[in-house]
Amino acid sequence: MLQIGCPFCGARAQSEFSYERTLDSIVTLEMPANEAVRRLYARANPRGFDEELWRHAFGCRQWLVLHRHRQTHEIASVAAFDPAHR
Amino acid sequence: MSGPSRLPGGPEPTLRFTFDGVPLRGRVGDTLAAALLANGIGLVARSFKYHRPRGILSAGVEEPNALVTVGEGERREPNTRATDVYVYDGLVAHSQNRWPSLAFDLGAVNGLAARFLTAGFYYKTFFGPPSRWLLYERFIRRAAGLGKAPAEPDPDPYEHRSAFCDVLVVGGGPAGIAATRAAVQAGERVLVVEQDLAVREAIDEARVLTRTTASGVWDHGFVTLVQRLVEPGQPPAPGQPAQRLWHVRAGRVVLATGAIERPLTFAWNDRPGVMLSQAVRRYIERFKVLPGQRVVIATNNDDAYATADAIAAAGGSVVAILDSRAEKSAVARIAAHPVHTNAFPISTSGKRHHLRSVEADIGGERTRFEADLLAVSGGFTPVVHLHSQAGGALDWDEAIQAFVPGASRQAVSSVGAAAGDLPPVGIAVADLPDPKASFIDFQNDVTAADIDLAWAEGYRSVEHLKRYTTLGMATDQGKTSNMAALARLASVAGVTIPQAGLTTFRAPFTPVTLGALAGADGGGHAAPNRRLALYDRHQRLAPIWQPLGLWHRPRAYPVAGETLHQAALREARAVRTAAGIVDVSTLAKFAVVGPDAAALLESVCATGVAKLAVGRGRYTFLLREDGMVMDDGTVWRLEENRYLLTSSTGGADRMEAHLSYAHRVLAPHLRVSVVAQQEHFAGIALAGPLAKAILAELTGIAPPAHMGLAQAEIAGVAVLILAASYSGERAFELYAVASDAGAVWDAVEAATRARGGAPYGLEALEFLRIEKGHIVIGAEADGRTTPHDLQLERMLRKSGGFIGAAGLTRPALSAPDRLQLVGLTSETPIPEGAMLVTATGEPVLGHVTSAAGRVLGEGAVALGLLAGGRLRTGERLLATSPTRNQSAHVTVTAPLFYDAEGTRYRDGD
Repeated sequence: MLQIGCPFCGARAQSEFSYERTLDSIVTLEMPANEAVRRLYARANPRGFDEELWRHAFGCRQWLVLHRHRQTHEIASVAAFDPAHR
Repeated sequence: MSGPSRLPGGPEPTLRFTFDGVPLRGRVGDTLAAALLANGIGLVARSFKYHRPRGILSAGVEEPNALVTVGEGERREPNTRATDVYVYDGLVAHSQNRWPSLAFDLGAVNGLAARFLTAGFYYKTFFGPPSRWLLYERFIRRAAGLGKAPAEPDPDPYEHRSAFCDVLVVGGGPAGIAATRAAVQAGERVLVVEQDLAVREAIDEARVLTRTTASGVWDHGFVTLVQRLVEPGQPPAPGQPAQRLWHVRAGRVVLATGAIERPLTFAWNDRPGVMLSQAVRRYIERFKVLPGQRVVIATNNDDAYATADAIAAAGGSVVAILDSRAEKSAVARIAAHPVHTNAFPISTSGKRHHLRSVEADIGGERTRFEADLLAVSGGFTPVVHLHSQAGGALDWDEAIQAFVPGASRQAVSSVGAAAGDLPPVGIAVADLPDPKASFIDFQNDVTAADIDLAWAEGYRSVEHLKRYTTLGMATDQGKTSNMAALARLASVAGVTIPQAGLTTFRAPFTPVTLGALAGADGGGHAAPNRRLALYDRHQRLAPIWQPLGLWHRPRAYPVAGETLHQAALREARAVRTAAGIVDVSTLAKFAVVGPDAAALLESVCATGVAKLAVGRGRYTFLLREDGMVMDDGTVWRLEENRYLLTSSTGGADRMEAHLSYAHRVLAPHLRVSVVAQQEHFAGIALAGPLAKAILAELTGIAPPAHMGLAQAEIAGVAVLILAASYSGERAFELYAVASDAGAVWDAVEAATRARGGAPYGLEALEFLRIEKGHIVIGAEADGRTTPHDLQLERMLRKSGGFIGAAGLTRPALSAPDRLQLVGLTSETPIPEGAMLVTATGEPVLGHVTSAAGRVLGEGAVALGLLAGGRLRTGERLLATSPTRNQSAHVTVTAPLFYDAEGTRYRDGD
């Protein structure tokens, strides 16, 4: 079980969080259909760090961005989600 | 005298136990294995496949042979390692996999059939005709096996606990204690775990858990521990659990897990009386048991010389030391025992299931030694399991011929023997004259010949080899056999051992009782039971309860011996002819408030919202991003900037996250607040031709028109009235604060019963909604259905801008042959879940999603998803369920069977 440092609550167990998606698969409401479909079905699958959207669902309920290594689970940073990231 | 025996002197054996019904005694601190040896018992088990007689190989958790069943009745624990259970007064142990007795086992005839049960045997039988497998299966099931699991529920409690520490030290031996002392001196909080009864030396400042195994190392310093508070088969103290599962988050982990000695490979090396060298020493020094009187030692390292000294000191006779190394080491040169270099055991012979002699190859000459114990040491393998589980790399150490911990991925370090601090070994190995009798994996009866065969049949990867031969499987996970297997594989493949590779080390390190994993979450505590606010009102009526997610809702309220179906039909008819009330409290409810409330709703709802007038509501549905229907419900405009969104019970938690995502991630600029109110309000639906009159009488106001709303009081409690119909009759949903809703239910129930109505449950609700063709999320909308498939496309908001609008544009989603919602009618009951075909044997065209009998008329109706269904109206199909042997001839119709004009629910409004 991962340990995630919530910027609002401190270090907490993964079971308090829910994974949403990678930042590059966020489909905004304004996005053209071809771009939306690309983001849904043709995502990058890096063997390394990725930017992920999580939610502290059983804590402060805030949306967070994790820099997480997809092979080693190393978490380089956790920050509050900034809409400019989309 | 020959065979194992207790050394003279020492305390009296006071603990009474039995083995296969024979009363025996053991000393406090004995393992079952030590106590059996002390009683002269060397034969303790029969092997898995060939029923070979087996003894005790080791003195630790790595034991592959000495598996016994401990305990009685519901506490019976099969496949317990006799080396890892401590004798207690009253312990009952039985040997396994033998009939009629351990010493005389008819199943041992399989040993003669060894040729037959070679590598991949099970797999190969699958290729023959099925009838042959049925024959084999009967034979295999009778022949192969270990202990039997108890059929009764486990009576003992288990619990979970959490702990935190700066340093977790796994292993309380010398290396672990040294690491503990250093960490304590540095001011760190230390937790030490030791699977044995005690640590080497107590350190006051450190917390110590004994009889505790670190079963798994996971991510970010998370380690699971299994603590035994009692031995297998032993009842726990009152109020205490039998075992605890600990969840530990450690700043760093120090692995002082030691090493496991390797056996040697030669013919009939599995005979009772063949024992690992360090195990022999441990039985002598710790348990005061001499496992044999005349001992041959076979080794490739210096460590076994200490065993020879211990045997001699205990009064045993060391007949010969067979040292595989060509030159005498410094230790060998000063040994006071007959040492032979360039010497290998070749074979053993036995008598009455016990070792009698050892045949050796000494510099090319064959020699036979009379002996009742053969102590073997093929070197030592560091216990790298936890290091490897933590993602650490492994390096090959040529000197000790073993894998040692390499670079760690986490803050996990290894010390002592676990880090490879072990005696070097000689690498010379003897040729195997009889590979079919040379066992590699004792527990799974895998011989050197099986590995050769697997290689010859093309199994090159060590992972494939494992699965093909069953090598390294079952309770010991190859702790004693993996390196010998790799050595054999490497030699047939002509590669080095590190080139041959390793299988993955996975948790748990030793077998874990399922009860420990469940903890206190067993029985009725497996999942939370979410009770309705009106639970007491329903319970008074003794309903049949139906679990729905974590909720429990009344399914029907049978009276006077009614069956479920009879009760539900009576309740549904009451709704169609008079009135009924049903608890709808579990519907998801969200207050959406603020100047941009409509904008947020329009981002998630695929239907129009903004034009909704204050005081009105409408049906809506929501899509996933891929355009599939995710959920449906109603949206109500309570005030200018205040809306209420209801959605399905099962999707309530998902919807909370979805709305938050839509707001916080997709549209954070919107000035709106969303509050989940599912449990804040209890809901009661009042439906039926008399509903309007009942509501007018209860509230004293004119009930709102269909899809209108009103505020009123019932029994002095404020209620929100939403005029929505799910049943197809005139209906109202009444919402009150949950804690006050009991009085509302009482008043509505009394008024409804006074007019010939009744409460109704989920079953009647199903009958009613199926007749009206209303979809249910999870049945008709199964995650693969679009609004078009459900004939909802005319409600889609043309301007787009909602979640799923883009995904819905994909061309395949408007293909004409998609599964589309249809109605089905029949004279006979339609099996739910049945497939729809034109005739038996023809391709499947769709399936029945929901089915029921007509509430008032005769015959059955159903909803289904049918390929190109909209154009198939009038077709006759077969709804067939071969697994239940049920079928019905059905006619395809529109998905609406009752009051197609909708006059009943509008009721003249």
